[in-house]
Amino acid sequence: MSRNATAPMGVETGTRYLRRMCEGVSIIFASKTAMIGLAIVLFWMIVAVFAPFITPYTPLEQDWKAPNQAPSSVHILGTDELGRDLWARLIYGARVVLVILPISERLWLPGGTALWGVFAALVVGMTLGLVSGYYGGWLDEVVMRLLDAMMAVPIILLYLIIMSALGASAVNVVIAITIVGTPGIARLVRSLTLDIRTREYIRAAETRGEYPWYIMFVEILPNARGPIIVDAMLRVGYAIFAMGTLGFLGLGLPPPSPDWGSMVAKGREFILAGSPWAALWPSVAIASLVVGLNLLADGLREESMRYQ
Amino acid sequence: MRRADNPKPVPVLDVDDLTIAYETRKGDVEAVRSASFQAREGETIGLVGESGCGKSTIAFGIVNFLGPNGKIVEGSIRFQGDELVGRSEAELKTLRGDRIAMVYQDPMQALNPSVQLGDQLAEVLIYHQQISEDEAWERSIQMLKRVNMPDPEDVMRRYPHQISGGQQQRVVIAMAMLNNPALLIMDEPTTALDVTVEATVLDLIEELKRDFRAANVFITHNLGVVARVSDQLCVMYAGQMVEKGPVTEIFRDPHHPYTMGLLASVPRLGESKAESVLYPIPGRVPPPAERPRNECIFAPRCEYATEECREALPGFVELTPEHVARCIYAREIETRPRPIKRRRRSAEEDALAKPESRKDDLLSFEDLKIYYPQESQSVVSLLGLGEKKFVKAVDGVSVRLSKGRTLGVVGESGCGKSTLVKGIIGLEPVTDGDVEFLGIDITRPVSERDANLIQEMQMVFQNPDSTLNPSYSIGKQIARPIKRFKIVPRNQVKSEVIRLLQAVRLDEFYYDRLPRQLSGGEKQRVGIARALASRPDLIICDEPVSALDVSVQAAVINLLLEIQEIYGSSMIFIAHDLSVVRFFSDDIAVMYLGQIVEVGPAEAIYAPPYHPYTEALLSAVPIPDPDAEQKHIRLSGNVPSALNPPSGCRFHTRCPRRREMLPDDGTICEREVPPWRSTECGHRILCHIALEELKKVEPVVHTLA
Repeated sequence: MSRNATAPMGVETGTRYLRRMCEGVSIIFASKTAMIGLAIVLFWMIVAVFAPFITPYTPLEQDWKAPNQAPSSVHILGTDELGRDLWARLIYGARVVLVILPISERLWLPGGTALWGVFAALVVGMTLGLVSGYYGGWLDEVVMRLLDAMMAVPIILLYLIIMSALGASAVNVVIAITIVGTPGIARLVRSLTLDIRTREYIRAAETRGEYPWYIMFVEILPNARGPIIVDAMLRVGYAIFAMGTLGFLGLGLPPPSPDWGSMVAKGREFILAGSPWAALWPSVAIASLVVGLNLLADGLREESMRYQ
Repeated sequence: MRRADNPKPVPVLDVDDLTIAYETRKGDVEAVRSASFQAREGETIGLVGESGCGKSTIAFGIVNFLGPNGKIVEGSIRFQGDELVGRSEAELKTLRGDRIAMVYQDPMQALNPSVQLGDQLAEVLIYHQQISEDEAWERSIQMLKRVNMPDPEDVMRRYPHQISGGQQQRVVIAMAMLNNPALLIMDEPTTALDVTVEATVLDLIEELKRDFRAANVFITHNLGVVARVSDQLCVMYAGQMVEKGPVTEIFRDPHHPYTMGLLASVPRLGESKAESVLYPIPGRVPPPAERPRNECIFAPRCEYATEECREALPGFVELTPEHVARCIYAREIETRPRPIKRRRRSAEEDALAKPESRKDDLLSFEDLKIYYPQESQSVVSLLGLGEKKFVKAVDGVSVRLSKGRTLGVVGESGCGKSTLVKGIIGLEPVTDGDVEFLGIDITRPVSERDANLIQEMQMVFQNPDSTLNPSYSIGKQIARPIKRFKIVPRNQVKSEVIRLLQAVRLDEFYYDRLPRQLSGGEKQRVGIARALASRPDLIICDEPVSALDVSVQAAVINLLLEIQEIYGSSMIFIAHDLSVVRFFSDDIAVMYLGQIVEVGPAEAIYAPPYHPYTEALLSAVPIPDPDAEQKHIRLSGNVPSALNPPSGCRFHTRCPRRREMLPDDGTICEREVPPWRSTECGHRILCHIALEELKKVEPVVHTLA
C-alpha cells in the first residue's frame, strides 16, 4: 500500500525537478545576451573537451621547416616560432583553463584550473560570509576587516606575491585565484545573509533549536544562490584573465605546456617581424571567453530580475 | 432631505463604465472592469474590497498614474464635467490643475526625506499658485494648525524622520488640502498607523470633509474604517463593483453574497469564540488573468450560485434607487436557503470545547525584564567608561497561563509584545526575572535548552511571504521538525506530514508544492502545520492573521480554534486588532511601554472597569457598523521612548482620566508607581484610580443590534 503510494510520488518528484531545471534553462533562452554568451562559452568548452579529435597535431609537435607561418590549409591558424600548430596549442590551452587541472606530470583532475579556483574561492568565501553575516558582532568585525585589508592590495600585486612565493604550477594558480577571489565572495554572501537572516523562516528554524551550521547552509544559503551563481560566472571570467596575465608574466603553467598567456608573451616578439598570429589568437581566445562569460552572467541577472 | 431629491447638476467626479487593463507578456489583463461611481461635493465614497480587487487601480486611473503598461481601455472619467480619458498630459494638467489631490498609504514615501517639511509644504503653493515664499510659508503654518499639528512653526523646520508616523500622515493630508482641492483621493491612508493614531487621523478626515467640502474617494480594505468615514460605499470584488449604496444601508442590509460574506467574516468588538463561529468565504480571489468573462465573477465562491449565475454576467439589480447589487438573486437573497452569517455555536461544539477546568500553570513569568543595551557612539562609551543605557523593551511583566487556555496580548506597536514572546521562546536573552514552563526554568536562550523543551513550544509567524523557506517544498518544511524531534519513526514521516496537511485543510498534493505557488492563506496554514508538527503544548501566534485578507482571516482563525480544541494546546495570541484578540482569547493582557497595565479574563477587559489606556484603545477601534455608538476618547501626544520611560505611572503623560478622576490633577501618577487593583475574577488593573471609581465608567460601545 505504502509502496504503491510512493512510487508515483517518486516519479512525480523526478519530473518536478526536471521541470524546475528546464525553468532555469529557459531563463537563458529568454535572454539574447545570455544566449550569445552561452554560445561562446559552449564553443570553447566543446573544442577543449574534444581537442584530441579535432586536430591532427599535438600542441608540442615542432615543425622546423615551417616556423611563424600565416594561416593556411595545413595549419588553419598558422604556426609559432618553433613551427607548432597554433590551433592545436590554442585548444589544448583551453583544456587547461576549462576542462582539466594538471596536478603533476601524470595526474590531472577533471574541471579546469579557472573553474577549480573559483569553486575553492566560493567554498571559502561563502563560509566566511555566512559566518560573519549570521553571527555578526565582533566575529563579523574581525573577519570583514581582515578581508578589507586583503582587498586593499591591488589584485595583480596580490597574484604576483602569491605566485612568486608558491612557484609556478596549476595547483598554485588555483590557490592564488582562491585567495584573491575570497574577499569579494565573502562580502556578497555576507550582505545576502544579513537580509535573509531577518526572515521569519529563520526565526522558525531558531525556535526549533536548529544548529547554526544547519541554519547557515541549509536555510540561508539556498536562498542566496541566484546572485552567487551570477557572481561566480563573472569570477570565472576574471580567473581566466588572471591566468592569462600570470602566464604572460611567466608565472603560469611551466613551459612547454600550452598556456594562452605565455603564448602571447612568446608571440609578442614576432609581431613586428610580420607574423602577429602567435600573439593574436590566444589574445582573442582570452577576450572572447571573458566576454562570453560576462554576457552570460549579465543576461542571467537581467532576466531573473525581470521574473521577480 | 435626501440628496436624490435635490440633485446637483454636475458631480465632482463621475466615473462611468471604466475598464483598465495592464499589458503583460500574456496579453492584456483587465484589472478593473466597467466600474461606475460618482462623487459629489462634500461626500465620501468608500471603495472597499480585498487585495487585488482593483481599488488602487481606479485611483491611479483617475490621476493618470497607471505606469508604462497600464491603460484605460474603455469608459469615461469626468472631473467637474470635463472628460479626462484620452487627453494628453498637458491638457490634463490644465483640466485638473491643482484640484485633485491624493494621499497614499505610506507617508514616509510621500515625503522627501532630505527636505524640511516647511519647504515641501510651501513648494506646493509656490508652484501651483505663484505666491511669494513668505506668504506660502504663512499659509502652510495655518494649514498645519488646521490639521491639529502641535507646534506647527517648529514642525516646519523639521525633516520627515523627526516626527512620528501619525504626524507624517497629517503633514501629507495638510499638503493635499493646501490647494483646496475639489477631489481628494485617499488610498489606505490609515493602514500603516496604530489604532489610537488611526482614530485621530480619521477624526481629522471627517472634520476636513465638513470644512472644505471636497469630494472624497476613500480606499480601504478595513470595513470598520469605511463604516466610520464614508457616506456612499462601493464594494469591489475581482475588478468589478458588486454592490453600491449608502453606507448604513449596505452595512445593515447587504444584498450581494460577497458583501454579506465580508461582514460575516470579521468578528465584532466584544464578540467571543464561545458565542459564534466566523464565516469564511471559501476559495480565493482569482488572479486577473483567470477571471471569467461572461459569468458572475463571484460564482465559484458563492454559496448561492446556481447554473443561471454561470450563464451571463449579471447586471446591477436595483434594490432602492441608490442601492444596487450585481447579483441576479439580490432581491430575494434573504429568503433563500443557507444564508451567510456567523453561526451560533451548537451544543455539541460547546461540549467539545468545554475547557476542562485544569488549574495547573503551564507557563508563568514573574517580573520578567528584557533590556537591550543602547550602543552609544561616543568615545567614552567605546572605552567602556560611559553610563550604560538600556531600552527597556519589557520591564517587570508577570502573567500566568494555564493549560488549554489562550492568552491574548494587545498593545500598540513598540509596546514590547513581540519582545515578550521572543524572550519566552528563547530568541532574546532575558535580563531578569523568572520564567517557568511546566515547572522548568526557561530563562536560558534556545540554544541551551533541551530538545524536549524546545519541542513543547512552537511559533506561528505574521508574514505569510516570509514564514516559509522559498527554496524547499511544503512537505520538506513540515517534515523537518518531525525528523528533528523524532516524533514518528523515519519511514512514517511522510504519512505524518500528510496527516498534518489534512489537519490544516490542505490536500495531499500540496506536499510537493513550493511556497511561491501558494496563496497567503495557504502559506499561513502550512506555517501552522509546521508549528503543530512537534506536537507542542504551547503555540505562540505572533499576529497570525494581520497580513491576510478578511475572508481568509476568518478561515485561519477558525482553523486555529479547531486545532486548539482537538489538541488541547495552549496559545499566546498577539495581535493589534482588538476585535480579533477578544474573539480568540480566554485571557487578555494589555501592554503599554513594556508593562502590562491590565490583565484578566477577556470579557472583563472589554467591560468596565477599564484601565484608562484600555478604554482609549477600545474607543479607537473602528467598528464595522455605522450604527454603533462608540465613546470618543482620543490620546494626545506620542508614545514616550522606552529608553527613558516616564516616572511613576508610565501612562501618565497621555492619560485622559487622571485629571478628572484623581484629586490634585493626578500628580500622584507622576511620582508613584501605581498599585495593582484586583477584582474577584482575577482581573487586575495597574492604576492609581480606585476600582470603585473605574467601575462607574460607561462601557465604550453600545451596539444597537
